[in-house]
Amino acid sequence: MKLYLKIWRQKNAESKGSMVEYTLDGIENDMSFLEMLDVLNEGLINKGEEPVEFDHDCREGICGTCSLMINGRPHGPDSRVSACQLHMRSFKDGDSIVIEPWRAKAFPIVKDLIVDRSAFDRIQQAGGYISVNTSGRPVDANAIPIEKELADASFAAATCIGCGACVAACKNASAMLFTSAKVSQFALLPQGQVEASERVLNMVRQMDLEGFGNCTNTGACEVECPKGISLENIARMNREYLSASVKG
Amino acid sequence: MSGLISSSLARKVVMALSGLFLVFFLAQHFTINITSVIDPETFNVWSHFMGYNPIVQFALQPVLIAGVVIHFVMGFALELQNRKARGINYAKYNGGANAPWVSRNMIWSGLVVLAFLGLHFYDFWVHEMSYKYVDILPEDPTRYHAETVAKFAPFWRTVLYVISFVLLSLHLWHGFASSLQSMGVNNKYTPAIKKFAKIFAVVIPLGFAFIALYHHLNPITY
Repeated sequence: MKLYLKIWRQKNAESKGSMVEYTLDGIENDMSFLEMLDVLNEGLINKGEEPVEFDHDCREGICGTCSLMINGRPHGPDSRVSACQLHMRSFKDGDSIVIEPWRAKAFPIVKDLIVDRSAFDRIQQAGGYISVNTSGRPVDANAIPIEKELADASFAAATCIGCGACVAACKNASAMLFTSAKVSQFALLPQGQVEASERVLNMVRQMDLEGFGNCTNTGACEVECPKGISLENIARMNREYLSASVKG
Repeated sequence: MSGLISSSLARKVVMALSGLFLVFFLAQHFTINITSVIDPETFNVWSHFMGYNPIVQFALQPVLIAGVVIHFVMGFALELQNRKARGINYAKYNGGANAPWVSRNMIWSGLVVLAFLGLHFYDFWVHEMSYKYVDILPEDPTRYHAETVAKFAPFWRTVLYVISFVLLSLHLWHGFASSLQSMGVNNKYTPAIKKFAKIFAVVIPLGFAFIALYHHLNPITY
């Protein structure tokens, strides 16, 4: 398979980047998208050029490290997969593929296709936790009865891998799907009730401080999320936030 | 409460509440307007009531104007902030793959509706104000129907109104249901609410367009 790639190249955070064109031959259908980039990089290294830097780790779709905007869509054309689980059979011989980093002011570019997503870490640190007393007589979490529906919804929210596709897809670069998933996974469980009010207030405040945009309910985030995190979480976060604000 | 004013979520709620208020107003406005087609006398009675009732004039009207101003000022502010949040635009962005056109272009449909409001205010509100407070003409409970029909005599005005109603429909198609999500309403009733919102988004603007066209095609001849 022969491909025409257009890739964002940027030396470092300070430099100005640009799209660079590459022609790549000999790509197999069963290669993953990242393997295709590995082939490109091997060629570049052999020629003595700088390889294209991109984020990746587990390559199994569970770590949330890959972050590629492929032909205008986060993680590419397939649904419910991250870029590492995208395979070249989704493309055909002679295709042009545009590859860019996530674009958001809150996700500054580090190099080429790598962005700094520590804004998500700071949102988590602002309230994405529960306090559990580990000394004395810890209560087994399994001993607390929780409705199946609530447990399932909490688990579904907790499957968010924090990749940032929601921000990348959103026309407003809003991080509400991510933040709402992290709020929801605790808001639905009794263990999360103690810090419920301060959690949602602090996490939303941090989200705003990071410079993400506002949600306009287009639903793009839900469609592009590799884990299928639902918009219901955003509505839940809105409810939690309003009731926490009124409580003061 | 302190962080509420600057919070992104609170701003969403302000957009939602002002939007829902305007949706409610549209329903009320339509109910009165449709009588101009069904029964001109009823239309005259209601129009006169709306024009001279002190509660409507000095309490409800300012609230309505405030609702419109808050909705569009907040809409502009959010749009600017959202554009800034992206930073550098994508070389290729396939927004159509994951979100409907109407939801991504609320600012444009909103701007057309805002421009229409300018024309609509000039046509009816400015006319009313000058009738009552500039020319200081006497109350005439029978004038409204004939005045309304006459407004739609020019073809250009009727066309502008109809185009605006199409854009209003698109704006409501996304905005009505979206406002409920912003206020945290997303439960088992949501699919039914969304269906109602979409029916409203089509029926009400279509009704307004029908009224404009009806009066254009049925001028009063003396």
